[in-house]
Amino acid sequence: MEHAIQQLGPTVVHQAGYLWLIPLFPAIGALINSLVGIRIQRTFGKRWNHAIAIGMMTLSFLVALRAFAQLLALPAGERFLQNTLWNMMTAGQLSFDLAFALDPLSMMMVLIITFIGTLIHVFSVGYMADEPSYWRFFAYLNLFIFAMLLLVMGDNFAVMFFGWEGVGLASYLLIAFWYTDIEKAKAGMKAFVVNRFGDFGFILGLFLLFWSLGGIWEPRADARSVNYVPGIGYKADPTALNPYESTGPRNAIVHGHTIKLGPTLNFRELRDQVVIEGTGVGEHLRHQKLWGIALMTLVGILMFVGAMGKSAQLPLYVWLPDAMAGPTPVSALIHAATMVTAGVYMVARLSYLYAMSPTAMGWVAIVGVLTAIFAATIGFFQYDIKKVLAYSTVSQLGFMFVGVGVGAYWAGSYHLLTHAFFKATLFLASGSVILGCHHEQDMRRMGGLKKLMPVTAWTYLVATWAIAGFPWASGFYSKDEILWKAFTQRSMEFFGTPAPWLGPAIFATGLLTALGTSFYMFRSYYMTFTGPYKGGAGHAEEHDEDPHSAHAAPHHVTAGHPHDDEDPKPAPAHAIHAHAVPAAAHVASGHDDHGAHGHVPHESPLSVTAVLVTLATGAVLVSILGIPKLWSGHDPILEHWLAPALPAEVTFAHFGHATEWLFQGMGVAAAAIGWYFAMLLFKDGKSRVPHDLKHRFFGVWTVVYNKYYVDEAYHALIIRPALFLASFLSWFDQHVIDWIVNFFGWLARFIAAIDDAIDKYVVDGAVNGVGGLTREGGRLLRRIETGRIQTYLYGAALGSLLVVLLNFLFR
Amino acid sequence: MVPTLSHFLAVAALLFAAGLFTVLTRRNAVAILMGVELMLNAANLNLVAFNRYVVGGMAGQTFALFVVVLAAAEAAVGLAIVLSIFHTFKTIDVRAADLMRE
Repeated sequence: MEHAIQQLGPTVVHQAGYLWLIPLFPAIGALINSLVGIRIQRTFGKRWNHAIAIGMMTLSFLVALRAFAQLLALPAGERFLQNTLWNMMTAGQLSFDLAFALDPLSMMMVLIITFIGTLIHVFSVGYMADEPSYWRFFAYLNLFIFAMLLLVMGDNFAVMFFGWEGVGLASYLLIAFWYTDIEKAKAGMKAFVVNRFGDFGFILGLFLLFWSLGGIWEPRADARSVNYVPGIGYKADPTALNPYESTGPRNAIVHGHTIKLGPTLNFRELRDQVVIEGTGVGEHLRHQKLWGIALMTLVGILMFVGAMGKSAQLPLYVWLPDAMAGPTPVSALIHAATMVTAGVYMVARLSYLYAMSPTAMGWVAIVGVLTAIFAATIGFFQYDIKKVLAYSTVSQLGFMFVGVGVGAYWAGSYHLLTHAFFKATLFLASGSVILGCHHEQDMRRMGGLKKLMPVTAWTYLVATWAIAGFPWASGFYSKDEILWKAFTQRSMEFFGTPAPWLGPAIFATGLLTALGTSFYMFRSYYMTFTGPYKGGAGHAEEHDEDPHSAHAAPHHVTAGHPHDDEDPKPAPAHAIHAHAVPAAAHVASGHDDHGAHGHVPHESPLSVTAVLVTLATGAVLVSILGIPKLWSGHDPILEHWLAPALPAEVTFAHFGHATEWLFQGMGVAAAAIGWYFAMLLFKDGKSRVPHDLKHRFFGVWTVVYNKYYVDEAYHALIIRPALFLASFLSWFDQHVIDWIVNFFGWLARFIAAIDDAIDKYVVDGAVNGVGGLTREGGRLLRRIETGRIQTYLYGAALGSLLVVLLNFLFR
Repeated sequence: MVPTLSHFLAVAALLFAAGLFTVLTRRNAVAILMGVELMLNAANLNLVAFNRYVVGGMAGQTFALFVVVLAAAEAAVGLAIVLSIFHTFKTIDVRAADLMRE
């Protein structure tokens, strides 16, 4: 990237005191709907619940637009808006503010979140119309948007991490929205727990980064002393005994700009000191090692573990397919458009750190591409329409990580943008299908819906084009750019070993994945929208938005489809759905509402179709942002826009235009091949080939259909040992720890008893002995006092006689 | 036989012994008082005798006169106490007046 070669200066900050309004509005909406939402719903009706939520979203979007306008008006290099509210904590070198910042990257994210978020809110009006706890849904949605906005707008790691955890909480609440169904509650918990694993890695990486920035800077052997660089005054605290241990803020002056050095949580400060060569921080970080591993590799990989959890990469992707238990708008909002892209955003945000470690880059790209192909293969054989989309999401996230992994940060971010549009379209279209088919999710019971739901079908097709990668929709531009950049990236390392083959290998795998993507997406399109309608045998008894419908699907299909009678896996006992009241009520009331239509699928209401059309249009229009340089002669608009926010220097190999055209052709060809085979096999649902193939390779089919038994492996390798460990610890607690505690209790009682005895017999004995002696003495002496005058006189006489006698005796 | 100091002292000692014996042995409070009078007068005899044989002048006699007056006063107080004892205990046996013991 040419722009990165030039000398980078510090970030120019423009204050924008209104940025806090963007996250504030959804927060207010969440607060109102969660505190008094139930009253609003009872008193004024559901209309007011969604009016508040959507109103707040719209306001937030408008403020975001205002910020966008301001950002656009600034010179390209100075697009950085900041809004510091107050200092939240200062402890030693750790100090962070409640502050928001918008640079081109976070601006893009904010626009995606608020725009698509608003549309999904509108969609939910139609989709959740029959939901009894309507207010709760909108409160959660707003809460989610609030947390997501904090995540992307945070000026420092602390605010970002708050958002990071906040979206985790909101997704837990939303996935387990129908919490009376144990499977859905479990899915929510699964998402939460798996995310915790990732967060653990993320926070470790954060600690490590903070620590490494504050380490002792030893001057390197080759004369470039960190203490003092000619032309650069490196100022340490002169009063400190050891200048390396100064605790005050350290500054470097580079080309007249003062740059704060040392540990920081602030993105801008971090970026400035790392990116600007003269400070020496970048070099310091690049050469630091911990346990023989380059520190930046460790930081990069640990932070990527966080991204793996949040963005559903191998092996932490398992929560995302199960998260389809949530209502479909949730799937669209959280699992397609916004939350899962948080990891990609984080890697792009820290691009300059990742660029320092070719190993970490390689790691990110490898995990990304493996996830992409792994999830794509699972997507081949799923029958649940939402499962297909879920695995497709995982796969596309893999693509994004390939993008940010190979150093094409803008391409990864662009894929994030296009994916947000087309995947939201796909999810919402599938939601529309599910709604139209009365909560049927099995694609084998759909078919032919194109005639009945034309708008849904067309939007689904447009989004399918986009995801498959045809030049008339957006996915092509981002995916092609990612694959091209992967191919030309030759400087990545595989665990410290230079690996120029890694880029092309990733490209090849990615291309294969693109073919697969095209195939399974068109498969889902044809199974759903063409051929004869195969449903209508009655309302699905099972409310199928649950994580184990893949297990349950063969079970209830047996009746309608005799040729499918071999269950690849008998429905396990826990998949028998005990339907609790809200879910059942939900189905029943939906039934009544659509009663006039009988069991015939029907097009969804306007609030649904309008959103679908908007999003599908968006999915096509965002291609404008990424028209490649090869076509237009200048950098893609989005690359130009994002450049100031992605200051990492990554070099790519150069190839001729012919090669680039060829690679673009290969991308389209892969998509076309996938489309062709999908059309051949699934159009009109007449072909017997899929069925025959399935029986030919039944073993493979079973393994893939059951998602490579990853969930089972997790269960055997992680959950069972964890439970075993827990029960062992419980036993240990009850027997060993309690025994020790009881022993000490007994010991204490024993010592106390001894002490008691000493007190009782020795101390009290002494005290009582003195008392008794006095008393007994007194009793004895009392005899003398008779009270008779003559007795005393005898005494006196005897005494005086004695004195006289003594007087005689001792003269 | 000319009386000497020793004769006087012997008489006084006998008188004192008789008084002391009376005080120590009698139960009757009035008798005790009378014993006390005897002892006082034994002391008086000693004072006069010493004055006559040893000191000279009038000091001993004067002292004796004072003791007589004091004895009268003592008898008056003592009898008043006896009367009070009688009022309280309906007897003048000194053994009855033992309220001061425990």
